[in-house]
Amino acid sequence: MKSILTAKWIKVPVFLLCLVPLGLLLWRGLHHGLGANPIEFITHATGDWTIRFVVITLSITPARKLLGQPHLIRFRRMLGLFAFFYGCLHFTTYIWLDKFFDVAEMIKDVEKRRFITVGFTGFVLLIPLAVTSTAGWIRRLGGWRWQMLHRLIYLTAIAGVVHYYWLVKSDVRKPLQYGGMVALLLAYRAAAWVSEKRNRLAVDTAAAEEPPTAENA
Amino acid sequence: MLIKKPASIPSSEITPQSVYLNRRKFLAGVSLAGAALATGRGLLEMVSPLTTVQAGAKLNAVLKSPFSTPEKQTPYNDVTHYNNFYEFGTSKEAPAERARNFKTSPWTLSIEGLVNKPRTYDLDAILKIAPLEERIYRHRCVEGWSIVVPWIGFPLNALLKQVEPLSKAKFVAFQSFYDPQQMPVARYAGIPFPYVEGLRMDEALHPLAILCVGMYGETLPNQDGAPIRLVVPWKYGFKSIKSVVKIRFVEQQPPTTWNLATPREYGFYSNVNPNVDHPRWSQAKERRLGEFFKRPTLMFNGYGDQVAQLYAGMDLRKNF
Repeated sequence: MKSILTAKWIKVPVFLLCLVPLGLLLWRGLHHGLGANPIEFITHATGDWTIRFVVITLSITPARKLLGQPHLIRFRRMLGLFAFFYGCLHFTTYIWLDKFFDVAEMIKDVEKRRFITVGFTGFVLLIPLAVTSTAGWIRRLGGWRWQMLHRLIYLTAIAGVVHYYWLVKSDVRKPLQYGGMVALLLAYRAAAWVSEKRNRLAVDTAAAEEPPTAENA
Repeated sequence: MLIKKPASIPSSEITPQSVYLNRRKFLAGVSLAGAALATGRGLLEMVSPLTTVQAGAKLNAVLKSPFSTPEKQTPYNDVTHYNNFYEFGTSKEAPAERARNFKTSPWTLSIEGLVNKPRTYDLDAILKIAPLEERIYRHRCVEGWSIVVPWIGFPLNALLKQVEPLSKAKFVAFQSFYDPQQMPVARYAGIPFPYVEGLRMDEALHPLAILCVGMYGETLPNQDGAPIRLVVPWKYGFKSIKSVVKIRFVEQQPPTTWNLATPREYGFYSNVNPNVDHPRWSQAKERRLGEFFKRPTLMFNGYGDQVAQLYAGMDLRKNF
């Protein structure tokens, strides 16, 4: 397992795998497979894959810890960028095929339709993450600040779920499924944070309770 | 009465619906043929249902209507594979699949409430209420898409004439068939069943409102509301209740399903209105299935000349 995860070539098949949803969409498009309302189909497919990639990206850290596979980190940037990529396609479908670049109409939408407002926010929050995804930017920002910035993806994930939940007419099963996954992934982080804090506290307390040494006596 | 029986129909004439190969169609065809024979009105030619078993049963002797639009009709395959019929699932593709074995024969439609002649119709009797007409209507879904469908049916007011509503009756309440056994996924739909709808009496009497038994020259496919549905073309599609089993005449405005589910978003009237947005999306434009660009939505779905007077003096923003 480890040797596969650390192999240089492994990123190529993962990259290609991430392109499969787009490939399927194109294939369907060329073979009349998009149904009676193709633009709706494209909108839903690209939206679905955006939130899926956000969820996959968020599961890298827990998977590393829980499966004991630290090398999974190698794929996180790529997966996150694919979330952004499908988000771009989703957004482009909206501004082009739904609104036909009618800016006034779009501004009205972002103002008035809360599901669009929140979806748009989630997308916009991904932009700085995509921009600062390079090694150069990690260096420039410093590890801690970079990490803080990239926690914005938590907000994107929540925004994505809410966007979906507010969009459906009555059957909320799918948005709730994604909501459950995001909740679980965020809960993992909260739990990890709490336990880490408790550990640190325990260490500090233990240190404090240690008998005074000659030095600080 | 002239009855022609062509020896056979070329298979090219049979619309692509191997999907609808089922016993119901055959039975419906037989009863329709029977009805046509019995009434004999406007009967010009009739194809033996035996030869059309593979398609939906052909409905013949259908009169043309001046209410029909000359617009391009939406392809049959789109109207039968892009459906909102939440009893059979909430995706657009689900009803075509899940309604395949929906049992629509025998069928009864009961007329109840404030009427002189309450009664129960079977499908044969329904088909004898009035001569069948083809009505090519625009159909606008509240979700922002639209289709043009050659419905087949008769004016709802023809039924009203037969059962004689009392003067106390101010509204007509409709109820869909509901059977959790046949519709196991309905419980995930997020809306209450059985599906109910309603019209004001003057709306129900309007000649544009029809009871529909077919489309594209044939009996209704299951997923489009077989064997009998309502079609009210100036209202959002969800008012055109499918697979009707009960019509009740009442004094008070009856409950309607989408209004029960989300009262803020769906009102009793639900007239197509580009100026009153759904709280979550604009109703100004619509996408006609098969078209790339959106088109502007018309007031009362383009039937304003006929129906606007029904709502004279009403605040349509309040009565959405």
